[in-house]
Amino acid sequence: MDLENQKRVKDFADKYGAENLVVIVGASEGEAAGLAAETVTAGDPTFAGPLTGVQLGLKAYHVVEPEFKAAVNEEVYEEQIGMMEMVLDTDDIISEMVSIRNEFCKF
Amino acid sequence: MSLFNDKKVIVIGDRDGIPGPAIEECLKGTGCEVVFSSTECFV
Amino acid sequence: MTFPVIKGAGYALVHTPDMIIHNGTTQTTERIINPESEYLKKINNHLRSYEEVVKYIPNQVYIGNMKPSDLEGYEMPWFDKVGKTDERFGKFGEIMPQDEFTGLMKMSDVFDLVLLEKDYNDAVKAKLMVHPLFKEEAASMKDGVEIEEIEKAVADHAEGLYNNGTLIGCVKRAHDVDSNLTAHILFENLVVKASGVLAFNNLIEKNNINVEDIDYVIECSEEACGDMNQRGGGNFAKAIAESCNAVNATGSDTRGFCAAPIHALVQASALVQAGVYKNVVIAAGGASAKLGMNGKDHVKKEMPILEDVLGGFAILISENDGVNPQIRTDLVGRHTVGTGSSPQAVITALITDPLDKAGLKITDIDKYSVEMQNPDITKPAGAGNVPESNYKMIGALGVKRKDIERKELLNFVKKHGMNGWAPTQGHIPSGVPYLGFAMEDLTAGDFNKAMIVGKGSLFLGRMTNLFDGVSVILERNSGKTEEENTVSKEVVKNMIAEAMRGFASQMLGEE
Repeated sequence: MDLENQKRVKDFADKYGAENLVVIVGASEGEAAGLAAETVTAGDPTFAGPLTGVQLGLKAYHVVEPEFKAAVNEEVYEEQIGMMEMVLDTDDIISEMVSIRNEFCKF
Repeated sequence: MSLFNDKKVIVIGDRDGIPGPAIEECLKGTGCEVVFSSTECFV
Repeated sequence: MTFPVIKGAGYALVHTPDMIIHNGTTQTTERIINPESEYLKKINNHLRSYEEVVKYIPNQVYIGNMKPSDLEGYEMPWFDKVGKTDERFGKFGEIMPQDEFTGLMKMSDVFDLVLLEKDYNDAVKAKLMVHPLFKEEAASMKDGVEIEEIEKAVADHAEGLYNNGTLIGCVKRAHDVDSNLTAHILFENLVVKASGVLAFNNLIEKNNINVEDIDYVIECSEEACGDMNQRGGGNFAKAIAESCNAVNATGSDTRGFCAAPIHALVQASALVQAGVYKNVVIAAGGASAKLGMNGKDHVKKEMPILEDVLGGFAILISENDGVNPQIRTDLVGRHTVGTGSSPQAVITALITDPLDKAGLKITDIDKYSVEMQNPDITKPAGAGNVPESNYKMIGALGVKRKDIERKELLNFVKKHGMNGWAPTQGHIPSGVPYLGFAMEDLTAGDFNKAMIVGKGSLFLGRMTNLFDGVSVILERNSGKTEEENTVSKEVVKNMIAEAMRGFASQMLGEE
């Protein structure tokens, strides 16, 4: 994850409390989604950014996951994201996200 | 609704997936506050 | 309407292994944040040789020795496969080794900022004196300097130039105080200028163009040259034109992140079609900052670092010649301020809006040239297969519009798309790599229409959160010029006379 974005996540976790934050990612691949999720839960696995070794354990979801879809307006989702369900490997993305959450999410 | 109610949300979009602003559109009216939104680009 | 045509294409790659380490931002950032990292220790073991880089199949495609469709015959990864060609020089251009390029940087420098060690300088000069494009200029290359002078300069703010791990030169800063004339900035600017010069010269040479016929150049890379009072003043275009002896040309720089080449293509086409200029070149060199961008992932996966080349291209747009593919300036797609950022809105604006205007279906375009990043580079880095993703998005929109059925999606991708082959040099893969091949596909080949698409991540510059993109359709030349299509005055007079006779006889009839 971009170093500046890591810094913002860390700052907001400090400001609002990790239990009050939710991170939503829009990565195009399972690997990238998993990497983003791991960064905001277990810490930056590439040791490059401010979240290196910082275990925020935040709740992180990808937009194609059923929990996100259920929480937002159906029409807006269809208009903004719907088409990408034919493009992205949604199964791969969902399985990565679920696996990271199960292992590292604290909330 | 329960996922976002009263939560602060950080959006990390992807230029080749779903960009930040598109995700923000979906979050309108869900009871959360988007405190930060960005779109990443890896190419 | 008489449309302008694509009259020529030139492409160049430069192998720059030492620049990965010293100038690629992934590596320079790592040295600041994590100087003891395992990655930095391992890099040297993952650098490819010049011979490997020349043989690398996507690079052979880039310079025109192989075609994009040839990539289908090789299973990925490609870096360990042998292709059918392995020549340094190709139909559209060449792959230059690092040492010659440092010589080219020196020849492109008109302010004595580039110093090369004297023996190294002599060796490089000798090599360039047998290069078909640079032999005359190289003959007047100045002598190099003692290594101590270079070491002193590097210790005092100059940016080092390295070859095979050894310091062989440097780029000095141009001013003691001006933060926009630092050695770092001048290094990057000389890199983009020199690689632009290489591509431009290849365009002229490979297409038998008379360089004195060029009247305008648009440079469309992503660098900025200027000083502290005008950080991005420009004008790389004119600097490149000068270096290439385009004595009748002026030029300007167009910026648009990765979408810039297509903006430049549309602008060049408009200038030619309007009769302002007859021959406009759009050109850009490469970015040293992007070298090794995904290097960490490549090393982690025990692969060579594949982002080890700078890219460059130069395309000539000219008046309609009745032969070459015409640029349909009336069928331009654009992502506007109001388009929105959802993938659906973006693809609609770029792809289907111009198609709808022309009454065409998504399947009426034989090939789409989108962001043609080499997936051999991007897939191991978790960045996916960018061209394929784009094709799937176009196909997905086609499914939503009912141009194609859902089950035909993957077939659409195969038939109307291509494997990516261009290096991840930002603007370099954006639509333009296909133009040289389009010239053949749309003349001697079987295709009738191609769409060239560029996209830009403007948000990276922090001035807007917006996305950007432009597209344009190319089509087979109809072979007719405007004179043949124009109705003559004589014919018009006869038509009026006929109409009046008819009217008169009608009036007589009514009485």
